[in-house]
Amino acid sequence: MAIEQELQAAVKAALPELDCIIGWGPGPDALRDAPLFLRDAADADVLRAGFFSVNNPALFLPEYKGRKIGVLVKGCDARSVGQLLLEGLVRREDLFVIGFPCSGVIDAGKAAALIADRCEAGELRSVREQGDSIVLEGPDGAFSLAKKDVRADKCERCLFPNAMDADLFVGEKRAPFAELDEYADLAAFEQAPLEERMAFWEKEMSRCIRCYACRDACPLCVCRDQCVAVARDPHWLSQADGIRDKLFFQIIHASHLAGRCTGCGECERACPMGIPVLLLKRALSRRVETLFAYRAGIDMQGRPPLLTFSLEEPRIKERDW
Amino acid sequence: MAVMQGKELRIVGFLCNWCSYGGADTAGVGRFAQPTDLRIVRVPCSGRINPLFILKALTSGADGVLVSGCHPRDCHYAEGNYYARRRLEVMRGLLPVLGIDPGRFEYTWVSASEGQRWQHVVEEFTKQIHALGPIGRFPDAPELASLGLGAG
Repeated sequence: MAIEQELQAAVKAALPELDCIIGWGPGPDALRDAPLFLRDAADADVLRAGFFSVNNPALFLPEYKGRKIGVLVKGCDARSVGQLLLEGLVRREDLFVIGFPCSGVIDAGKAAALIADRCEAGELRSVREQGDSIVLEGPDGAFSLAKKDVRADKCERCLFPNAMDADLFVGEKRAPFAELDEYADLAAFEQAPLEERMAFWEKEMSRCIRCYACRDACPLCVCRDQCVAVARDPHWLSQADGIRDKLFFQIIHASHLAGRCTGCGECERACPMGIPVLLLKRALSRRVETLFAYRAGIDMQGRPPLLTFSLEEPRIKERDW
Repeated sequence: MAVMQGKELRIVGFLCNWCSYGGADTAGVGRFAQPTDLRIVRVPCSGRINPLFILKALTSGADGVLVSGCHPRDCHYAEGNYYARRRLEVMRGLLPVLGIDPGRFEYTWVSASEGQRWQHVVEEFTKQIHALGPIGRFPDAPELASLGLGAG
């Protein structure tokens, strides 16, 4: 694909100035690319960037703070980078951001379900993009799927497919699929009465195995080994295998991301049990957007809303007792 | 006022040391009778309150949570309550998504001299929680439930 080759050339040109460039390379199966850390020009030949480059490379940036790093970003990844910059978790002068137009990424779960009667994802020999569809080479020959049928949900509501604030942008910027994120998923969820919502979480969280993959995949969960989920003091979570502790971890995660979550959806993608954990974070993002007109990773002026205040809060309606 | 009719519920109050705790004390010294459902936790400042306190209480069996601090512009530490206002207001948005009625959580401002206002707030909030009834619980861990050792 042309963009991929252009990116490979761009990476080769930029690499001598940088310690490392983070992009994507061949993954565990044909449907998924994996993060790739490029250190010399030969690595660039296996670089991939496109519909299968799901992982958010912003995840690795805080660890590299202080070193000169290049990073390939989709629109959503760029928002994470923006939020990390705003919070001072990475420094702009350390980064070389390479953007490209993103036409959405695959939801490997959706694709695996669609091809289930033909083969498993691991049996696919290769997969490539072709316009609005993907062509898969299965054990019994080639077949194709429409991109829109296997695209991740987050991409349908993505407003920023082109990386903002990139040092280098390869390719033509494209128009977003959506004009406005109206939080339709949340609105639909809130049609159900309160008891049903509680029952929903009880059912979903009963599958949780407390692997914390959601946390480890989150580019803004920067506490790493200091996470309160595993701390004895304060002891927020017990080791008990109950829904309450499992759900409470999700509450902690959502609350620590309030006003910070850019909706990249990595938590939900990383979940091996398919629990819709992004929904809680989106509830708080919607709240922050209504109260403070702030969207993480986009509105880069001033301080993040929860790290500041104003004497009068025009949008907060306090209760009159 | 006597204990409200029916079963007493559990309401947790987080009160700042300087204004609201003093206000509750003033109400007590003034012998303003109040419902007895509220259990008070004294914190240094409303800005000390981690929004997770509220959710921890509500998911661990509290039927309601009341937060009270100094009036805006009156914080002992000048600005703690401004941060608290933003955090609490954001966190309230999570309750309905979890299936918890947002009316189970309120925050307000009561100064140390406002004993009467404190009485009014407690009465109103207790009524509100009684109208909502006992909170729905997420079940205990299976082992704990079988041993009858679950919290609460």
